[in-house]
Amino acid sequence: MATSMTAPRPNTRLYDFYREMRRVRTFEERVGELFVRGQSAGSMLHLSIGEESAAVGVGAAMQAGDTFTTHHRGHGIFLARGAEPDRMMAEIAGKESGYCGGKGGSMHIADMSLGHLGANAIVGGGIPAVVGAGLSARNLGTGTVSVAFFGDGATGQGILYESLNMAALWQLPCLFVCINNQYGMGTRIDRATANPNLHERAAAFGLSARTVDGLSVEDVADAAEEMIADARAGRPGFLAIDCYRFFGHARKDKSPYRADGEEAAGRQKDPVSAARTKLIVSGLASVEALDALDKEIDAEMDGAIDFAVAGTEPPMAAMFRDVYAPGEPEPEPVSARLSRVLARD
Amino acid sequence: MATIETTYRDALRLALTEAMREDDSVILIGEEVGVYGGAYGVTKAMIEEFGAHRVIDTPISEPAIVGAAVGAAMTGLRPVAELMYVDFVGMTMDQLANQAAKIRYMFGGQIGVPMVLRTQGGTGRSAGAQHSQSLEGYVMHTPGLRLAMPATVADAYHLLRQAMRQPDPVVFIEHKGLYTMKGEVDPDAPPAEWGRAAVLREGADLVIVSYSRQVHYALAAAERLASEGVEAAVVDLRTLNPLDFDTIRPMVEAAGRAMVVSEGVMTSGVAAELAARITEECFDFLEDPVLRVAGEDIPISVSPLLETNSVPTPDLIVDTVRKIGLGAAA
Ligand SMILES: Cc1ncc(C[n+]2csc(CCOP(=O)(O)OP(=O)(O)O)c2C)c(N)n1
Ligand SMILES: [Mg+2]
Repeated sequence: MATSMTAPRPNTRLYDFYREMRRVRTFEERVGELFVRGQSAGSMLHLSIGEESAAVGVGAAMQAGDTFTTHHRGHGIFLARGAEPDRMMAEIAGKESGYCGGKGGSMHIADMSLGHLGANAIVGGGIPAVVGAGLSARNLGTGTVSVAFFGDGATGQGILYESLNMAALWQLPCLFVCINNQYGMGTRIDRATANPNLHERAAAFGLSARTVDGLSVEDVADAAEEMIADARAGRPGFLAIDCYRFFGHARKDKSPYRADGEEAAGRQKDPVSAARTKLIVSGLASVEALDALDKEIDAEMDGAIDFAVAGTEPPMAAMFRDVYAPGEPEPEPVSARLSRVLARD
Repeated sequence: MATIETTYRDALRLALTEAMREDDSVILIGEEVGVYGGAYGVTKAMIEEFGAHRVIDTPISEPAIVGAAVGAAMTGLRPVAELMYVDFVGMTMDQLANQAAKIRYMFGGQIGVPMVLRTQGGTGRSAGAQHSQSLEGYVMHTPGLRLAMPATVADAYHLLRQAMRQPDPVVFIEHKGLYTMKGEVDPDAPPAEWGRAAVLREGADLVIVSYSRQVHYALAAAERLASEGVEAAVVDLRTLNPLDFDTIRPMVEAAGRAMVVSEGVMTSGVAAELAARITEECFDFLEDPVLRVAGEDIPISVSPLLETNSVPTPDLIVDTVRKIGLGAAA
């Protein structure tokens, strides 16, 4: 692209973080656009705007072969782990060219080749799988770490504590990452728990546990690097990342339950603009260079929308496929069964 | 190995042990499976041979046991998780029905969840309302889950070996009343095909379709009916998913009468499904309604008298056949 040639590309960690966070944000903005254009499959779209440092900071600290599960607000995490925006957007639009052939969607996206064991639409539902992945890593000697990403809302689910206990008990290579955006739908964290210091719970199970401020992607990455190295050595951890959910819970939610002014204040905690400002102020990147980068990313994500919109829906024949393994008989469609039993000769 | 005489329990242990010797990726995970040897002794002493990394004692955390098995199955292990009682399956239902059962489909066929969830159910030990249920209907109601329920010693071995080779999650429900049952198994003999029902008795007048312990009750009833001049066939389904309707259909069409016998409660249960299907598929051949002899729609009592009569008995099966005009009262 022409613009990218005009300014030298800074070769720093923070610049890379900024680029990845900007990609996440722009992707999410395009997801919103896809919805407004009526091109998304449904409205169960949960944007991770405001949470980019969690995805990028932790994602950067993971290695090839590491596995992870995410919650329903996991687009950013998958992107940070190398997902192609085209195939992600297509999946969100329910198209055959998506990661799961259009059958999973935003909340069930997965890709085994990138270690993504699956997003989950059940709050807490993906957490115990990392314990199992940790057992695999231990028994098979793969040296991999498995990371569970989930929201603050999942701290209300018993499965979290069962999983924390097992990981600590068996010293598995697991990291539990709680993205605390202060809300579970319309319920602010202080209306959901008497002790919002979420990491203390994990500490009680014997995990190394801490909270970082998500405003600084570098802080998140530093913490994640240390904790993932620890996890790889059999010391599982719990990392809470404080941030703010910039928009409603899902696309149709306008957050009427938030006080006037709360959102404006909350959006001050913006890891993307914080990184941008730091790059500029510290002289690591010029405004022009960053503008050029942003444009490049805009084009990349516009392309993702085009790719998704151009895609076709999965064929009807796919409907009965993959309930069971290839080679197993597919379930008999209702209409076929009825035609068969009603056939009179 | 030639044919051996053993128990249902020991046949299960043999299946697990042989699979673990053959394949290092097989692990057992569950409450009391290791040091204690399994609540019903199925995994007794296995931890001594295979160690604590492969026979994994867990905290009392059923959802995470199943959830960890899901994650392990997706990342290269072959987990056999144990749920001490099927009565606890409700706690695990998210991991079982929303995760294990749907992962292959939701993810567009990228990966399956090759795990087995062993558990046991049924009446017979005065274990009360929360430890005596037959909840196979919960499982059968969930596309994506295979369901095996062995009735015989041979199937305790062979069905479990086969379950552990399936590419999809299998719920394997043993019957607590069968663990001490003796029988023969030849571990080297080619097993009956996975998903095929077994015709344990031929009979021209009536087809009794059953599974798990009720197969033995059906056989006992058929024996008595024979002395009254009624020839009842008995089919052991062995697996409820896959369901072998191809074996049932011609038999029912020939006999013109069918009865389903199940320990699970009658309403919306396995018996209801089987009866509906037989009715739909064999309607033109039926001379009587398809009969459901199933568990009463009540909780199980601890009183042995009430417990015994809460589920089908050989007497109930015989009486029901007489009611349609066959046998002694005819
Ligand atoms: C078990 C379960 N209960 C309820 C819901 C409905 N639900 C979906 S998202 C959500 C809030 C989750 O909050 P949090 O975990 O903090 O994630 P966030 O949406 O803030 O990213 C709720 C209640 C669900 N999907 N699963
Ligand atoms: Mg939240």
